[in-house]
Amino acid sequence: MAGGAAPGGGVKADVYRSARRWLLLPSWLVLTVVVVAPLCIMLVYSFLTKEFRGGVEWSFSLEAYDQFFFNRGLFGDEPASIEWTYIGIYGRSILQASIAMIISLLIGFPTAYYIATRAPHVRATWVFLITIPYWVNLLIRTVSMKFLLRDEGPLNAFLLWTGVIDDPLKIVNTNIAVQLGLFYSYLPFMVLPIYAAIEQYDHRLSEAAADLYASRWTTLRRIILPAVRPGVIAGCILVFIPSLGSFLAPDLLGGARNYMIGSLIEDQFKGQAGNWPFGAAASMILLSMVLLVLIVVARRQTKNNKAEVKS
Amino acid sequence: MRGSKTDVRRYPGFLPITIICLVVLYAPLIIVAIYSFNSSVSITRWDGFSLHWYGEVFTGPNSDKLKAAAWNSVSIALIAATTATVISFSAAMAVIRSGEYRTRRLSLGLVTLPLMVPEIVTAVATLIFFNSIGFTRGYMTILIAHIAFCIPFAYMPIAARMQGVDESYEMAAMDLYASRFQAFRRILLPLMLPGVVSGFLLAFIISMDDFLITQFVKGAGIETLPTAIFGAVKQGIKPDIMAISTMLLALSMVIVSLSFIAAKFDNTK
Repeated sequence: MAGGAAPGGGVKADVYRSARRWLLLPSWLVLTVVVVAPLCIMLVYSFLTKEFRGGVEWSFSLEAYDQFFFNRGLFGDEPASIEWTYIGIYGRSILQASIAMIISLLIGFPTAYYIATRAPHVRATWVFLITIPYWVNLLIRTVSMKFLLRDEGPLNAFLLWTGVIDDPLKIVNTNIAVQLGLFYSYLPFMVLPIYAAIEQYDHRLSEAAADLYASRWTTLRRIILPAVRPGVIAGCILVFIPSLGSFLAPDLLGGARNYMIGSLIEDQFKGQAGNWPFGAAASMILLSMVLLVLIVVARRQTKNNKAEVKS
Repeated sequence: MRGSKTDVRRYPGFLPITIICLVVLYAPLIIVAIYSFNSSVSITRWDGFSLHWYGEVFTGPNSDKLKAAAWNSVSIALIAATTATVISFSAAMAVIRSGEYRTRRLSLGLVTLPLMVPEIVTAVATLIFFNSIGFTRGYMTILIAHIAFCIPFAYMPIAARMQGVDESYEMAAMDLYASRFQAFRRILLPLMLPGVVSGFLLAFIISMDDFLITQFVKGAGIETLPTAIFGAVKQGIKPDIMAISTMLLALSMVIVSLSFIAAKFDNTK
């Protein structure tokens, strides 16, 4: 996965060397036909022309990308100006995903650190507790969040009962609800890789820092954080990327005014808009952004590794 | 180390944050589970304990639709997880136990590709693909899509386990004149069992849980549990939905526990 080495990175023996073609065949077949080829066809679709009734016409055009970036007026004859609607949706999605990432990091790092410094058998139980919600259906978790946050829901009932508030808070259908939904959906993704990194951390380094009169917080900032950085980066990516293209949280918690990339794309295929080339172009732009993030992170990590080897 | 007066490993305030983290993760699920036992028709007022809404799921007006959706979900998850496990096992043997060759890194990248692509993009691409080759959307399209995106989830635990199994056992068997197939069947396969079980279970859960890809590639008139629940929730959260959710929650917990036990099994060896 992103940020860390995927299992299978290293070679162990070559017992099955002569059979490897046949062993690879099923995965190559399924993944090129069902994943790679569709992505290529999607790229082609983004350069096709929209047909009047929602289909596509097989003629090359840049219309979809043009519609995304430029506004040419209702009849397409005005001078092109930048179209902010879609760029705005992407911008808001990046902002929402970044906030979800930062909040998850603020809660997730101390949690991961606390768990990783317990005795080994206690650690396993904590990890198990964090893992369970990760495997509960995302739809059910989002619905549960919506139930909790409703105007007449348990959260408001509790806050009214304790007297913290006098009127129920309106949370559902706001950006805050979407934010809570994203944070809630992907929080375990932040804890687990950081936990794995801290488990490997040699705590004698902290002791050495303490011997040299570093405060706890200096040790955390100057010693621990740099040492576990790959885990932190992996956690951030695992929260940021799914948040960016998330569909359920904005759709169920955000209502009509809190559109994110996922809803925009869905609307082109399943909803009112019905513009497949535009939906394909919007997906391509999302995919490019994600790949860009992954490439930048991978390059920075190789650079850091090289620097470490040199010093 | 840990006995020293001031334990440098401890950070004050990290325990409360950990507790907050657990409360945040569990509170919504527990509250929905509690309210699924509410006898009231209103989802807001608590009228006392009852199993009424569970009965509603099995015998109510929507029960036939839900049963069909549940059957689709379970049968698709079983077939997809089994197929993905076999494909991943075979891929792991080629990536980990077949030496170094030109397309090895590429093959590893290909197997983990579905994890890098945002789910909505995979969903859109698969929809366009089936549409452009004129494949009618229905049970088969859901199944094919599920097999593909379950592969990385089955692959991860299988490959991790395979790296932990020392190749010298197979080598020793082959030195004793076992054929390569015998070495595979009698040595590698039994040692791989925990990895295979957790790979299968994770793939099964991933398939059962998937909403987005299914929503895009399913045809009209076919539903899986998540798409059926989504459709119902769009009209407002009803108590019977909370009952189904609670049952699915329990199922996930059982499966994760089984997967956890499979991993433990591994340590006792």
